[in-house]
Amino acid sequence: MRHPETWLRVTPEGLLCEPGGFYIDPPRPVARAVITHGHADHARPGHQAVLATPETLAIMRARMGEGAGASQQAMRHGEVLRQGEVTIRLVPAGHVLGSAQVVMEWQGSRAVVSGDYKRQPDPTCLPFEPVPCDVFVTEATFALPVFRHPDPAHEVAKLLRSLSLFPERTHVVGCYALGKCQRLIALLRAAGWDRPIHLHGAQQPLCRLYEELGVPLGELRPATVANKAELKGAIVLAPPSAIADRWARRLAEPVTALASGWMRVRQRAKTRGVELPMVISDHADWDALNRTIDEVGAPEVWVTHGRDDALVHALALRGIRGRALHLVGLGEDEDETPAEAPEGAPAA
Amino acid sequence: MSLPAFAELLERLIFTPGRNAKLALLRDWFATQPDPDRGVGLAALTEELVFTAAKPAMIRDLVAARTDPVLLALSHDYVGDLAETVALIWPERTGVNASPPTLSEVVEALEVTPKAELPGLIAGWLDTLDSGGRLALIKLITGGLRVGVSGRLARVALAEWSSKPVEEIEEIWHGVAPPYLPIFRWLEGQEEKPDPRDAPVFRPLMLAHPLEDRDLAALDPAAYRAEWKWDGIRVQLTAGPGGRRIWSRGGEDISGGFPEILEAMDFHAVLDGELLVIRDGPGGGVVAPFADLQQRLNRKLVGPKMLRDYPVGVRLYDLLFVEGEDLRPLPFDERRRRLEDWVARHAPARMDLSAMIAFGSVAQLSEVRDGARAASIEGLMLKRADSPYLAGRVKGMWWKWKRDPLSIDAVLMYAQRGHGKRSSFYSDYTFGLWRPAEGGGEELVPVGKAYSGYTDEELGWLDRWIRNHTVSRFGPVREVEKSLVLEVIFDAAQLSGRHKSGVALRFPRIARIRTDKPASEADRLENLMAYVEAGPATDE
Ligand SMILES: [Zn+2]
Ligand SMILES: [Zn+2]
Repeated sequence: MRHPETWLRVTPEGLLCEPGGFYIDPPRPVARAVITHGHADHARPGHQAVLATPETLAIMRARMGEGAGASQQAMRHGEVLRQGEVTIRLVPAGHVLGSAQVVMEWQGSRAVVSGDYKRQPDPTCLPFEPVPCDVFVTEATFALPVFRHPDPAHEVAKLLRSLSLFPERTHVVGCYALGKCQRLIALLRAAGWDRPIHLHGAQQPLCRLYEELGVPLGELRPATVANKAELKGAIVLAPPSAIADRWARRLAEPVTALASGWMRVRQRAKTRGVELPMVISDHADWDALNRTIDEVGAPEVWVTHGRDDALVHALALRGIRGRALHLVGLGEDEDETPAEAPEGAPAA
Repeated sequence: MSLPAFAELLERLIFTPGRNAKLALLRDWFATQPDPDRGVGLAALTEELVFTAAKPAMIRDLVAARTDPVLLALSHDYVGDLAETVALIWPERTGVNASPPTLSEVVEALEVTPKAELPGLIAGWLDTLDSGGRLALIKLITGGLRVGVSGRLARVALAEWSSKPVEEIEEIWHGVAPPYLPIFRWLEGQEEKPDPRDAPVFRPLMLAHPLEDRDLAALDPAAYRAEWKWDGIRVQLTAGPGGRRIWSRGGEDISGGFPEILEAMDFHAVLDGELLVIRDGPGGGVVAPFADLQQRLNRKLVGPKMLRDYPVGVRLYDLLFVEGEDLRPLPFDERRRRLEDWVARHAPARMDLSAMIAFGSVAQLSEVRDGARAASIEGLMLKRADSPYLAGRVKGMWWKWKRDPLSIDAVLMYAQRGHGKRSSFYSDYTFGLWRPAEGGGEELVPVGKAYSGYTDEELGWLDRWIRNHTVSRFGPVREVEKSLVLEVIFDAAQLSGRHKSGVALRFPRIARIRTDKPASEADRLENLMAYVEAGPATDE
């Protein structure tokens, strides 16, 4: 058996599978890229050949048009492909629609690159499947034991209680346009909210795409200036950067909410000026990261990005070899970026 | 389920900037929570109930016994606040089927549990709660809730919820202890209003309207009395067999901060006056600027140095009760006569009479007002000679006639976003004045911050200007091109060791945007210094 460290390497272009001749989620344009999911820090424009799930490819086309790759190859879950001397499979990661783990086998050893993932149920995408492996390459966005995401239904109930307490006020929820937005809509529908949900212009294209790909979201309407009266007591979903900026002035005395795993820490919510923090994340929390690593049974775990210090320490306590890859570019522009997002998101 | 419900209320209050929204949250709490928990929760929010049973060190030990030290340290480092770290990291045990405690259970148990058994008790509670509940519990039992709900706000919420006048609630509030069962029963129409008897209670203050030009024109000088309006804090002194209290204008008990006043209150009366820092001067007591009094505010403990360097006294305006007799229905002139008699008879230490200012005409009064230069004087108070002492602001009875504000033309330097409704606007402005730079030439030095005075239109204009003239950004703050002049008005300028410029402004606000004036023609620091009143204002 050839240890994966001999054939899976960190290069300036990104994580390279040498015998397969491809990179996984490379930060710079390359000849051959395998993309785990459509978030901007993983799916970057300008690659020659792109391999991903059909949903991820559709998302990339919607987001970057021409830049989505000169040639695209779709691979469904369950299919097996040989790329050079390497066998590849894509396995659901439970992060957003189309998100996949990349399972690679070469000369008797198996490595799994998780991409971003979560273990909480999500009605808008397939659930994460643990795959036993020799090296598990994991994210660690929320790898501190203070991050334990509550039941998202509980967080949605908080929003609905606030709506009944302040029925005149618009409740604007900041949420990333890909994944979080649609999951939130599905959670609201599951909680019995059957009124129209209003969307900032930046949220609309991906919601349309989700519906085309078979994820029903109920009645959605644009949150335009024209229907100010209609926005009283309505739920409006907008990019996190827009909720406290000029765009929000069209709303009736808004209650500002933000759906993100970072909302678990008060100071984070305070500095964002959030009135109703909602702890809803599409990433694995501390318990889920550790449980997943135990389930895949890998003796060695590589950490792509996030709090690798805490995770590597916790792994060492259980006799698992941990290694921080310090991959550049990941977590930047992340769907749950802790920093203040840039301004000037397009208005509806 | 009351502790989790309290935790949710707490979280919403902490993140809610708007007063109306806070009131709605409190009304909902009163309407939905059972007794005695709603009263216990209320007392905890307003800090009438403060626990010190558990020290932060005990909580730290509890969590240290349950977590890996490296992970705990990394987490604490990340979160910052220890209580919050513990609440978030506390390992949840599956299969705990005890239900979370109610607020009153927590309060009772803390009273009767021997010290040695406290850690076990608290750990048991923490096991039954989610992270929000754990944070609420830890903050509650270590005495660190700090949610910014004043007693006044709570009483307004009670008044709105019950449709009873807030003044009536104020008058009995301090006579009933938490969890306020007789008050809730009265507000829900089940019982008569509770009678505080001898307990020291707060009587709502009589307040004044600002005097506008048209009111001035209609003023009959013979019907009014005039006094200085001092720049301190308005207080009510209540003393008698039931105890002694110093109340702030909003009915908060601030007795603890002013032991020397409390000691001097060996009488049976209720007085209205102004708390001031007063130092001995050549012609008697000299009132120090407000910045001095600020040193004494919001302190739980007052050391001997504080007492010596910032001696306080009360300048008496009015007499409300004497030996149980309610003087409030009497006309002002009569109460004033009784006050003068009373002061002459009792000569209480650290208290003096507010002087009456004689005047024959409005013009004469106007001259007196313009002649007042001391920073410790805000202007004049005009009181109708026949006015009874009424709660609140009753039109036509009392007027406040402030001095004209001072003004400078300053240059906008930094802007910051506001809160709540203004969170999408750059609405807080730091402005500066010119002074000679060290290496020659001129530089701007910040002299103050203003976040009011402008119209909605001006705010919109300023917001656009700032976004188009930003030179750099630090989090929520933008540094702008030094090219916009703002006319800033303020009530007084005082020396201050805490400010880079050496001077602090009282109530600065934006009067006008001076697009007509180039920044180079804005005022210089020395122009502002000329306004500083010579006096013993010293900051430490
Ligand atoms: Zn992602
Ligand atoms: Zn990511």
